[in-house]
Amino acid sequence: MIALGKFYLLAILVFLYLPIIVMMAMGFNDSSLYELPFHFTTKWYVALADNSQLISSGINSVVIALITAVVATVAGTMAAVALGRRVIRGKSLLQLLLLPPIAIPWLITGTAMLVFFFWTGIGRGMHALILGHVALAIPYVVLVVGTGLQTIRADLEEAAMSLGSTPVHAFFSVTLPLLAPSILGAALFAFAVSLDQFVISYFLSTPGFTTLPVQIYSAIRKGFTPEINAISTILLLGSMAVIVVFAVFARPGGNRDKR
Amino acid sequence: MPADIPVASTGTPSGVPARRGIPGSVATIALLLPSYAWLLLAVFLPLCTMFVFSFMNATPMGKTPIVFTLKHYQAFYTQPYLVKIAWDSLLMGFWATLSCAILGFFAALALARATTGRVRETLLILILLPFWTNGLVRVFSWTMVLREGGFLDMLLHSVLPDAGSIGFLYTRPAIVLGLVHGYLPYMILTCYIALVTIDDSILEAAESLGARWWTILGKILVPLALPGLTTGAVLTFVPVIGAFMEPRILGGRVGVTMGTVIEDQFTQAFNWPLGAALSFTMLAVVLAIFATFSGVLRRNSGAAA
Repeated sequence: MIALGKFYLLAILVFLYLPIIVMMAMGFNDSSLYELPFHFTTKWYVALADNSQLISSGINSVVIALITAVVATVAGTMAAVALGRRVIRGKSLLQLLLLPPIAIPWLITGTAMLVFFFWTGIGRGMHALILGHVALAIPYVVLVVGTGLQTIRADLEEAAMSLGSTPVHAFFSVTLPLLAPSILGAALFAFAVSLDQFVISYFLSTPGFTTLPVQIYSAIRKGFTPEINAISTILLLGSMAVIVVFAVFARPGGNRDKR
Repeated sequence: MPADIPVASTGTPSGVPARRGIPGSVATIALLLPSYAWLLLAVFLPLCTMFVFSFMNATPMGKTPIVFTLKHYQAFYTQPYLVKIAWDSLLMGFWATLSCAILGFFAALALARATTGRVRETLLILILLPFWTNGLVRVFSWTMVLREGGFLDMLLHSVLPDAGSIGFLYTRPAIVLGLVHGYLPYMILTCYIALVTIDDSILEAAESLGARWWTILGKILVPLALPGLTTGAVLTFVPVIGAFMEPRILGGRVGVTMGTVIEDQFTQAFNWPLGAALSFTMLAVVLAIFATFSGVLRRNSGAAA
C-alpha cells in the first residue's frame, strides 16, 4: 500500500512537472517549428536580448512587483496587527472583507477595475496596475502576517510595558523582531502574486505599458515561437526562486513556537 | 489573538486597555485605514460601479443618453446561444473540479499515509511549487505536449512509428486538462490538511475490527476529508468558471466559455453593460452553488459529529 502511494505521488509529480520540462527543453531546441531531433542551441535566449518589447515589459513587471510588495506589506502588516491585537467591533466583517479579492474570479475583479478606472478618469497604465496588484496582495499579506502573529504571545509586549516601555516601543522592540520572518515571507508572497498576475494586468495595461505575462499572452496568441519558451523559462525559474525563499523564511507548513 | 487582550476591555467596544497610552480607537483606525481604503478604491467601488453599469442600455462613452434597463439580464432569453455556452462552462468546471477532487484526494492520502518527515515536507513543497508560478506559462507548456507533432506524439511514435497523431490540442478535454493541472495543487493541499489530522489509532481500530479498505475509505477517510474536499472544490470551481486564458490557448476555436464571452464584451465588442450583467449572473450562479454545497457540508459534518 505504501509503495503504491509513493508510486502514485511520483505519477502526480510527473504530471505536474513534465509539461513544464518539455516547454523548457523546447526553448533550447534549434528548430523554430519545434521539430525534432533535438539540436541544442541558446540562440532563442540570445534573440531575447534584442527583443526590446519583452525586455521593457519584463522590467515593468519587476518594478510593479517590487512596489506592490513594499506597499502591500506595510499596509497589510498594519491591518494584521490591528486585527490580531486589538478589540474591534465588527472584526469578523473586516476579516470577511478580505475574501472578495481572493475569492471573486479575477476576470470579474479585473473588468470591474477597468470599468471603474475608466469611468473615474484614473485610466489604465502603471498607476492602475499598481492599484490593482496591491489590492490583490493585501489580503494575502494580512493572512500570512496574521498567522505569524498568532504564534507570538501578546503578554510579551505587556511584560515590556509593565517594565516601563511605551506601547509603540514595546511593539517595535519586542513583537516586530519576532514577526520579521512572517513579514518577509508576506513581502515575497506579495511579490510573487504581482509578478505572476496576468488577468488583472491584461485589462489594466495599455499598448505602451504592459507586463511580461500580458506580453507573453499576446505573443502566444500570434503564434508559438521558441522565444516564448525562453522567456517563459526565465519567468518560471524566477518565480520559483522567490517561492523557495518564501518557503524557507515563512515555513508555511511548519509550526514554530516563538517565545 | 483577541483572547489575549486583558479582561479590562470587556464592555467598551472600542476599548483598549488604558495603559496602552494611545487613544485606542484612533490608533486602530489608523492601522486599518490604508488596507481597507485601498480595497475600497480598487475592489469594492469598482464592483459597485460595474453593478450599476450592468443596468445601463449602452456603454457610457458616446453621446447616447443613458437609460437604465434590465435587458442585459434577459440576454439568456434573447440570445439562446448563451445558455449553451453557460452550460458548457458549468460542465467544464464540473469535470475539472471532479478530476481535481479524485486525483487530489488520493495524492493527499498518499502524502499523509505513505510518507513521513522530510520526504513528506519536500514532496509537499514540490507539489505546491508549480501553483505559485505563472499560470499562463503552465498553460502554454501544455501546447508543447498536446499539439500535433508535440511531446505526446513523439512518445507514441517512439513505440509505434507509423501511428497517426494523438495530440488533442484545441479540444475541450485539452482545456479541462490544463485547468486540472492548474488547480490540482490547491486540492491536494486542502485535502492533506484535513487528512493529516486523522489519528492512526482510528484506522488501526477499524482494521483490527475487520473493516476492509473500501469501508475505511468510505466510512472514515472520505467523511473526515470532506471539509478539505469541499474547500478545494470551491477554490477550484470559482476560478475555473471565470477562466478565459486557458480556453483561448488550449481550446482555440472550440474554447468559447462564459469567461471568453465576458472578456469579449470588454475588449472586442465594447458592450460593457452586457459584460457586467453576464459577470454578475455568473457570480450569482457561483454563489448559489456554494450556498447549496455549504448546506450539504453542514448537514454532513453535523451527522459525523
